[in-house]
Amino acid sequence: MTSLSEQFGRDEWARFTAKQRMQRYAILLGCGIVIAWALTSIEVIWPWVWGAPEQIGDLFGRMYPPDPSNLGSILSVLWDTVNIATFATAFAVLLSLPVAYISAQNTTPNRATLWLGRLILVTSRSVNTIIWALLFVAIFGPGVVAGIIAIMFRSIGFIGKLLGEAIEEIDKRPVEALEATGASRFKVIIYAIVPQVMPTFWAVAILRWDINLRESTVLGLVGAGGIGIVLQGAIDTFNWPEVATILLAIIVLVIIGEVVSAFLRRRIL
Amino acid sequence: MSSGRDTWTKPPFIANTALRWAVYLGAIAYFGWVGLNMPIDWNRVAEGIGRAGKIFGGAFPPSFERKDLLIDGFLESLKIAILATAGGVLLSIPIAFMAASNMAPRPIFYLGRAIIIIARSFHPVIVAILFVKAVGFGPFAGVLTLIIYSIGFVAKMLAERIEEIDFGQVEALRAAGAPYLPTLFYAIFPQIMPRQIGLTIYQLDSNLRASAVVGLVGAGGIGATLANAFGRYDYDFALAITIVIVGVILISEAISGIIRKRIQ
Repeated sequence: MTSLSEQFGRDEWARFTAKQRMQRYAILLGCGIVIAWALTSIEVIWPWVWGAPEQIGDLFGRMYPPDPSNLGSILSVLWDTVNIATFATAFAVLLSLPVAYISAQNTTPNRATLWLGRLILVTSRSVNTIIWALLFVAIFGPGVVAGIIAIMFRSIGFIGKLLGEAIEEIDKRPVEALEATGASRFKVIIYAIVPQVMPTFWAVAILRWDINLRESTVLGLVGAGGIGIVLQGAIDTFNWPEVATILLAIIVLVIIGEVVSAFLRRRIL
Repeated sequence: MSSGRDTWTKPPFIANTALRWAVYLGAIAYFGWVGLNMPIDWNRVAEGIGRAGKIFGGAFPPSFERKDLLIDGFLESLKIAILATAGGVLLSIPIAFMAASNMAPRPIFYLGRAIIIIARSFHPVIVAILFVKAVGFGPFAGVLTLIIYSIGFVAKMLAERIEEIDFGQVEALRAAGAPYLPTLFYAIFPQIMPRQIGLTIYQLDSNLRASAVVGLVGAGGIGATLANAFGRYDYDFALAITIVIVGVILISEAISGIIRKRIQ
């Protein structure tokens, strides 16, 4: 009886063949070179880097204890933040329905609308909320309107893309059945397409609301309403204890948002 | 058999009638009340339409004149993203082990989860502002910010993967008398490695996007260039930067998609 090591010609177990191992080393080396390039060419002032832990510790030291004296106005802008996220999500959901419809291959009327739909989705998703907000603050002036529109513009791409994918995956037999009975285009959508994409629709809307809640917390930094405004004010005046209170308020808000969206997902889906 | 009606109606969204109407009325009341009370200056909005024309007029055609500035900004964003991904992923591994319920004792598990929750709660722009105040303007603040951002995502997903591993292999190694580190390297890492690599590539892509926005508050990279262009009303240069950002993001998305497909 031959032993295993005789059969395979080596007496130690190895996970990879020599070629695989060389490939892995090459990839690792490549990553190492890229990181070294970034590390050596980036323009940082190294003494600042070594002093960073101390500086960060110092900042936290100044934040403690949090100062809740301004809590009333903090809670009020926190409420604005929730409203911005909710309104923007609601508008974005409504606007993304037709966009999703024309950007799904199986429902779009023709090639031109397909590409128009895709173009809207890509443009919306590629520009960050803050950049949208900068633009809308320049147009509409500071305030919640700019914030809502910015978040809405960003969300349409996300919701429309996921919804369009859901439409592309539907079972087309109900659609054919309805078309065979002579149902109008509108009735086909309502009775054959909508029920199939409804679960995805709610899941995407809830997920985006949760994301938008986080995004809304920074709108105020460029003047577009919400808690970012008081945060910016507190930072500009070096009122670190109040900054700490605002940061805690944001953590609580985000956690509540996650709990609410998890609850809704369980109930609805 | 016959239920007395001959047309089919869609089942209602919420079965309980009272609850259904309560939800509808609640939603209408909320949107109506908040909508009416929103501090909106309609004059300003109306003026905005004209101003939008002016901004877009100023933005077209996009100006690529200062392309050196553009390229430098992008290279800096790329370096920030690479360093933050490397640092964030390295730190994520121990934090993920802390936050995996099958690996860590209770108190450490809670500490790990708390780190992840805090890292995820703050938008990178907020973290960037704090770091800019603590360590000064420039790419270093950006790197620190995106390290935190990476931990929030990578450690969370990795911890979930660690919780799903097949424990049979760990037990086999322990039964053979293997010490802690070899158990880690031969029983756990091979199981989480594919996910880890996928996450790293995804995070590099995501950090590149985020590095464009943390720059708006002074944390280096192309965002700083964009913020300056906007602040000086150089809308044509701002548009050029935005177009390039969008292009780079699309390219990096495509590349990371290809790499992830090849790995799986």
